[in-house]
Amino acid sequence: MDDAAPRLRNDTDFRWPEQGLQVIPDWIYTSEEILNRERERIFKGHVWNFVGLEAEIPKAGDFKRSHIGDIGVIVSRAEDGSIHVFENRCAHRGAEICRRHNGSNAEFVCPYHQWTYGLDGSLKAVPFRRGVGKKGGMPGDFKMEEHGLTRLSVTTHRGVIFASYASDMESIPEYLGAEVLKDFEATFDGRKLKILGYYRNLIPGNWKMYHENLKDPYHATLLHSYLVVFNLMVAGQKSTMTVDPTGRHGSMGSAKGDQVDETDTSQMRAYRSDMRLRDPRIVDFVKEFDSPWSVTMLTIWPNMIVQRELNTLGTRQIVPRGPNEFELNWTMFGYEGDDEAMTRHRLRQGNLMGPSGFLGLEDNEAIKFVQDGLRHSTPEHGTLALGGTEEGTTQHLITEAAIRSMYRHYRGVMEL
Amino acid sequence: MGTTELRGEIEDFNYAYADALDCGRLTEWPTYFTEDGFYCIRSRENADAGLPVGLVYCEGMAMLLDRIDALIHTAMFEPRYYRHMISNTRVLGVEGGVIRSESNYMLLETLIDQNTKILQAGKYVDEFVKVDGKLKLKSRDCIYDSLIVQTALIYPV
Repeated sequence: MDDAAPRLRNDTDFRWPEQGLQVIPDWIYTSEEILNRERERIFKGHVWNFVGLEAEIPKAGDFKRSHIGDIGVIVSRAEDGSIHVFENRCAHRGAEICRRHNGSNAEFVCPYHQWTYGLDGSLKAVPFRRGVGKKGGMPGDFKMEEHGLTRLSVTTHRGVIFASYASDMESIPEYLGAEVLKDFEATFDGRKLKILGYYRNLIPGNWKMYHENLKDPYHATLLHSYLVVFNLMVAGQKSTMTVDPTGRHGSMGSAKGDQVDETDTSQMRAYRSDMRLRDPRIVDFVKEFDSPWSVTMLTIWPNMIVQRELNTLGTRQIVPRGPNEFELNWTMFGYEGDDEAMTRHRLRQGNLMGPSGFLGLEDNEAIKFVQDGLRHSTPEHGTLALGGTEEGTTQHLITEAAIRSMYRHYRGVMEL
Repeated sequence: MGTTELRGEIEDFNYAYADALDCGRLTEWPTYFTEDGFYCIRSRENADAGLPVGLVYCEGMAMLLDRIDALIHTAMFEPRYYRHMISNTRVLGVEGGVIRSESNYMLLETLIDQNTKILQAGKYVDEFVKVDGKLKLKSRDCIYDSLIVQTALIYPV
């Protein structure tokens, strides 16, 4: 810190350091006040939040418990097939109505006083509304239509459901921008999805770090020795870090090569020519996508990751739990036409990702280490100088350009 | 052999299995399985819904060995201790040389700067066979109740 007087922890003025996007101040990761502003300006702001997949609620009456930021919502399919998203909070006393991850019902009934809502979130019944024996009950001017659950705007694209507190949202193609949309549609290519299962994970770090990690191609070959040791990623491999025009979304892509360039790869400390997988099926790639990339990791602002790691596919929803922790809800899927061999291939390859995955466990550990470092040290700021001041899309790995792009957008929305 | 004796044998097997993991003898872990052994750690949520995704999903000895190799030689994670408590073992049936059984487990994790926590409460759903007179796992499905995995589950359960 340049200032002469050291600042006390929590005694922050929330002024971004003068070095601009070359640094990130600790307080954006540790402050409750910043998280509150993020809830209002980002999650409840002009964004599309990912809330689920249509394949999870195929029939009328099906529902899924989901989140927008840290706000609980229900995603519900009504009788006419339409999808509705509303807050999981009874209009009466605020109780969470839905306490199951998913299910099916004809209506939503709050267990506390049995206020009853339709599949679209509208209030249908209030017990003893007129009181008993002309005593008690709701006032005469109580209007049912004014006491439904808080409803959000909803859209879907290729079977993916998004919701927003804003009522003037653009379409998903416009929201993502042409390049990120292309990678999105390579995974959601029109085939019907088949849900294979869920992971739920609590990571002791700030939610934004998860975006950063997947906009940081620098870490891939350094943290993840597995990629290098088992030849999944080699130096000089064809790759991209695509950023949408607004800076908020990204797509980290790479193409699996067959050749090891021993000269460059030997710079990676982990490289060992003596280690081989006994069962290399885990890194096999079955070509099934219209894309030059065998791997793409999409970071869709503010709460969605789309994983296409060879043939293991999934969405991840980011749910902040205070500034120092977030929940990650994974939905793994294949396609309806998959035969048993393909499903098993996806399941075997799933060992790469998730909280026990060879790559996934390391990301979680690294994020925890960063959060611990920020919390247990003198408040400072991290350096973000890789690749100089470049921002936007790059075709090389040794850069933090996409993270700078994200924070340029973030600072604008947050007025920081 | 009666189921009481068989249960005793499975309990001895599980205690040795747990000791190998709790003491960090990771390379010993695959030796508890048959050549075609299957191993999966799956949430109760997925199991109840008939969904196959596991945190870990190993088909056969080569995958079991690869997992241990990766943990020892490539994976980055902070040091920790595991401690298994295994109980309520029941033999469900014996058919065609395959012994079906279930046991409850509790997995405690201790990081060097935190109190011990329960990482998983769950159930082993097992199929054993005898190879040269010794029990081997033909299949172990670890079905965990603790749906929210705290940070990462590193070692086998």
